[in-house]
Amino acid sequence: MMLSKKTKYVLLAGLVLGLAVIYVPLVVVLLNSVNSDTTFGWPPSGFTFEWWGRAAQNEGVLRALVTSLEAGLAATVLALVLGMMAAFALQRYRFFGKDTVSLLIILPIALPGIVTGIALNNAFRTILGVDLGLFTAIVAHATFCIVVVFNNVVARLRRMGGNLEEASMDLGADGITTFRLVTFPMLRSALLAGGLLAFALSFDEIIVTTFTLGAGLQTLPIWILDNLFRPNQAPVVNVVAAVLIVVSTVPVYLAQRLSGDTASGGRL
Amino acid sequence: MSIAASVSGFLYRKPRLRLGMLLSAPLLWLGLAYLGALAALFVTAFWHTDTFTGQVVTEWSLDNFATLFRDEVYRTITVRTLGIAVAVTVIDAVIAFPMAFYMAKFASPRAQRVLVIAVMTPLWASYLVKAYSWRIMLSGNGLIGWLFGATPGYGLAATVITLSYLWLPYMILPIYAGLDRLPNSLVEASGDLGGRPWGTFRSVVLPLTFPAIVAGSIFTFSLTLGDYITVKIVGGANQMLGNVVYDNIGAANNLPFAATVATVPVVIMLVYLAAVRRTGALDNL
Repeated sequence: MMLSKKTKYVLLAGLVLGLAVIYVPLVVVLLNSVNSDTTFGWPPSGFTFEWWGRAAQNEGVLRALVTSLEAGLAATVLALVLGMMAAFALQRYRFFGKDTVSLLIILPIALPGIVTGIALNNAFRTILGVDLGLFTAIVAHATFCIVVVFNNVVARLRRMGGNLEEASMDLGADGITTFRLVTFPMLRSALLAGGLLAFALSFDEIIVTTFTLGAGLQTLPIWILDNLFRPNQAPVVNVVAAVLIVVSTVPVYLAQRLSGDTASGGRL
Repeated sequence: MSIAASVSGFLYRKPRLRLGMLLSAPLLWLGLAYLGALAALFVTAFWHTDTFTGQVVTEWSLDNFATLFRDEVYRTITVRTLGIAVAVTVIDAVIAFPMAFYMAKFASPRAQRVLVIAVMTPLWASYLVKAYSWRIMLSGNGLIGWLFGATPGYGLAATVITLSYLWLPYMILPIYAGLDRLPNSLVEASGDLGGRPWGTFRSVVLPLTFPAIVAGSIFTFSLTLGDYITVKIVGGANQMLGNVVYDNIGAANNLPFAATVATVPVVIMLVYLAAVRRTGALDNL
């Protein structure tokens, strides 16, 4: 590039500043969870693990954690199955309506969350007559997690082409054997990455969850929202927020290390 | 021949059947359940709620839409929401461009990979926690006040700041991808022909990356239009379209009107998508 040194340094400053803006608020939340002061006061007045201890014994938090894990795991499994099927269909076949199907897969995440949320809420309650519970939240989460698995698997299928599978068939392996010994092993890391991302997405989701989780149940984000405006809960809220940051960024980091395919834009 | 082998042989000879089996479950799930739910939602927008029983009455009328357009409150809220979405988009584009430019044009391949991960990872950190972190940052004695001696407090400014923060990575990544595709030789040629950096930026770089910026704006726009939690956390007394939808589902128990209001962001998005289609932004998503 033939741009001046000065431009380069100005841009670098912009980048560093931008990254600082991205990370500072997250670090503040992490620091705040070990801040002995119970308000948002800056700078932190002292260091303590007391709130972490209290959060670990808080029944509401623990129940919310269990619900989050159950919903996340179940939605991830469903999304893996459905996302992989859709990916194979769209990557390996030509058929009428193909573009519509791929749009359909993106739709639950492209529309504002509140639209997806009330659409499903309305469908469960007034059309299907199903009471909201953990099950309905899992269905909703799986719906918007499919796209994550789909994207990862499609990217991998595109990259690996069909030569190895054809070779396997030429050498006499049947379709199932080829899938088991050739296709699946090559897909494994893409599936793992997709699954991790789907789990992280489900673990963090709040808007759709608000509308599809039964009364009396809470996921961690919903627990935070319910307790956000209660001053005496502030320290525990800080700990749960810190946990959410750590728990959700680790799988994403791992997923990106695992597959170079995930560098697509946005949350897709 | 084993059963498995004969089944797989049979399927191998019937590609349409294989496709059908692969598509059946995802299509049933998304096509029937999800599209059906969306369709039902928009049908509900034309119904209304019985004021006494709170039950949905399935009579067709445009009353909800009439209320939406006639009522001053909803107009104000729609304009406010749009204003916030525009402000957030512009702020994000201005912050994201230099970051993406450095990442795409100056960073080494290894640094590029690290930087993409550095931008992507917090993207997935909880939306709620990120909004909450700004509540902490902007509070009376928070970090912002400590650094600058004053804080904007909770209100519209805080909402714009927080939403810009939340959606920033969605703007950086498409612009980065767009700049990454822009050949360096074009920039160099412009320089060789006597273009000053600013001129090169304005007449070469910007037009070629415009579709990428628009692609990013689709996210910042759509996500802002549907938001109701951020404004609850840092927005003070202000409301956005999402809050009206939320309140009508919960407290007011008026699902039909909530559905009517929910069509506003969807329509705005559809108009926006139709408008930007020609820029090629949709291929940049």
